[in-house]
Amino acid sequence: MFSYYLKLGWLSIRRNPLLSALMVAAIAVGIGACMTIITVNYVMSSNPIPHKSEQLFYVQLDSWDPNNQGDDGFEPPDQMTYIDAMALMKAGKAYRQVASNRSSLVLEPQNEDERPFSVDARNTWSDFFPMFDLPFIYGSGWDDTADRSLERVVVLSKEINERVFGGENPVGRNVRLNGMDFQVVGVIDDFLPVPKFYDVTNGAFNEPEEIYIPFNVAVEYDLPRNGNTNCWKPFDEGIEAFLNSECAWIQFWAELRNETEKREYMAFLNAYAEQQKQLGRFPRPLNNQLSDVMEWMEKEEVVEDDAQVMLGLSLLFLVVCLLNTIGLLLAKFMGKSGDISLRRALGATRANLFTQHMIESGMIGLGGGVLGLGLTWLGLRGIEMLFGDFVENLVGLDWVMVLTAIGLAILSALLAGLYPTWRACRVVPASQLKIH
Amino acid sequence: MELGPIWRALLRNKTGAILIALQIAVTMAIMVNAISIMQERSSMMARPSGIDEQNTFILSSDGFAADFNERVTVEEDLAALRAMPGVVNAIQSNSIPLSGGGWSMGLQTEPGAEIDGTGVAVYFVDEHGLETFGLNLVAGENFSATDIAWRGRSETSWPDKTIITRAMAAALYPDDPGSALGKTVYINDDEPLVITGIIEQMQAPWNGWDGVERVMLTPNYTLFGGADYIIRTEPGRRDELMPQVEALLAERNRDRIVRSMRSMEEIRERSYRGDSSMIKILAFTIILLIAVTSLGIVGLASFSVNRRTKQIGTRRALGASKVAVLRYFMTENFIISLIGVVIGAALTIGLNIVMIEAFSLTRIAWYLVPAAMLMLLVVGQLAVLGPAKRAASVPPAVATRTV
Repeated sequence: MFSYYLKLGWLSIRRNPLLSALMVAAIAVGIGACMTIITVNYVMSSNPIPHKSEQLFYVQLDSWDPNNQGDDGFEPPDQMTYIDAMALMKAGKAYRQVASNRSSLVLEPQNEDERPFSVDARNTWSDFFPMFDLPFIYGSGWDDTADRSLERVVVLSKEINERVFGGENPVGRNVRLNGMDFQVVGVIDDFLPVPKFYDVTNGAFNEPEEIYIPFNVAVEYDLPRNGNTNCWKPFDEGIEAFLNSECAWIQFWAELRNETEKREYMAFLNAYAEQQKQLGRFPRPLNNQLSDVMEWMEKEEVVEDDAQVMLGLSLLFLVVCLLNTIGLLLAKFMGKSGDISLRRALGATRANLFTQHMIESGMIGLGGGVLGLGLTWLGLRGIEMLFGDFVENLVGLDWVMVLTAIGLAILSALLAGLYPTWRACRVVPASQLKIH
Repeated sequence: MELGPIWRALLRNKTGAILIALQIAVTMAIMVNAISIMQERSSMMARPSGIDEQNTFILSSDGFAADFNERVTVEEDLAALRAMPGVVNAIQSNSIPLSGGGWSMGLQTEPGAEIDGTGVAVYFVDEHGLETFGLNLVAGENFSATDIAWRGRSETSWPDKTIITRAMAAALYPDDPGSALGKTVYINDDEPLVITGIIEQMQAPWNGWDGVERVMLTPNYTLFGGADYIIRTEPGRRDELMPQVEALLAERNRDRIVRSMRSMEEIRERSYRGDSSMIKILAFTIILLIAVTSLGIVGLASFSVNRRTKQIGTRRALGASKVAVLRYFMTENFIISLIGVVIGAALTIGLNIVMIEAFSLTRIAWYLVPAAMLMLLVVGQLAVLGPAKRAASVPPAVATRTV
């Protein structure tokens, strides 16, 4: 029966090629517009580390100014001070913990002819690599003795290893950064979390850093920092004073494997804050927060407002396309009243006709979906052209999106077909035969 | 006019008409709100940065060698840059308008940690700052060479003079902005600064900041290990000078790298790329939307003409002129479109209220609503013209055929 209805549908579609083409085009355009925007939103709001996003927590300690509310009331600062980050690292109460920040260094290639160039760097701790599951091609991250004993070690990205060592195994060799030699311990493979969840403060859709060095080494040699730095309390001259200041510039993550660990860690943070209050810090009421990856993305509003506005408008656009399709389908089915009443007179039930016309609508939807998918691809290329490298990581179509597009198209067409089909089924048997 | 019969005929076949009307209404809601967003973005992009954008470019110089002598480098670089033919002036600074990265502080008119300061963007400049940026000093005086101090990376004290923008003066002294000159303000809670000059206008590095015109100039050279050079050229000579300047700096001192050279034009383009893309996407959406809606009208009207071929023939046989038939379909479409745009006006305002709530967008300008209504009525008439003409050409003889 199904294949018979498919055949009937096909015949009917071919009978009014123009009307059918219009319907397919309307659905395709609606789906294309919608899916382009949905894809961008989907990628922006996707989970960058799905298998453990619920065990990774961003730590916020409220050490901020009691007299300044900021934009969203008394929210804790979105980064941490050096004093607090070091205290938490030293306590080591979480399963794993990482304090890190962004910087930019100058790399001098060994080949004298090549000019030095600047690289984006992350100052971080040994736990960073296992915690965020960085994939290694050569070697590995450093271990915690390197953190403690200020070993000048470095992990390179694939591209930098390509550029400096021609892609060979560089483990054990040295690179010169800001006038100091660092020993290579590992090279990571392609690593492109979208959003770049571990540092959304400095750009949720930035490229990952090109090299990683121990945080303590960066502090010891006062290497440049270039990430976001916020201060609320004046402090004295000198690097020591800066480190001991109330300036927040560090992102702190803790890995907590279950509810118990999370609860204990929260208790630890609150106890720490209470103890700091004794020392005259933390002037605001207690307000420390732990957010897992997706909660943190939500809080930091990683999905841009523009993308959401576009999403709303594109859904409305789809509504227009559907209204269009409903009208055209209605016109089409009503034009077949003669056929329908003949079939009814010959014994087809309303259920038969309903199925038949829904299948016809579905076929139009499928056509619209396939064509719409093509338009989505074009739309994404258009977005890529307009926004440039900023969206490079946002405009890929994956299987989920392809299936969503086709599914949405068929669903839309079925919805659009519902009313016209219902009208078609109400045609009384033989009523239309008279006039012919 | 045969409004009565047209209306009654419409009522007999409501669904098609309602669908078209709704489609026009939603189209209008999207269109007007999209145009409103486009207007908002383009007026944002039209704001002047306050500097001579056409003839200015910037590049970064970062020292890395252990024996890098930053102070000597900066002094020699600036002397060399200023001596270059075609260069109007050049300074070392920490940032430039629209670049997205910069330094902000709080200023307050009374000392004290409990007072909430007014946020302000800081540019470090020397006495050539005003000319290099192309700023217009409206009161007070420029810094003199003796005012300029060297500022180390972890230094926290501030020179005791500052030049601020009019917008900053208005934010500090809302009752009497004109009185700002010569007043003492406080930075870091209690460190006094005297306002020695007021400039007409200049933007902070962040285009989305609500205090985007609150700027202070501070008489400092920086010793942060790296800094930006801002170079203003004679009109029309920027492109020719950019590679020359880059080569000159790169050759002069090999203890540093010169990078990220970009013209203000590129910086502006990058800064507003999101907004300009949004405008393009919305414009494209509107065009597509109108195309879809008009095609829908054409499709449904053609269908209705086909279905009514016999009645049209009958009317023609009974003496109706071609024009009368044409007018019938045009009028029918006008009524449907009119209902559509009236519902559309309500939907537009509703959608706008939702958008204001959710995304703090601006209210639509009042004239957009009637303009869009008029435009969609015209689009409807144009779309129905083809099918209506076909209807008018139905010969009266058709009436006699099938019965």
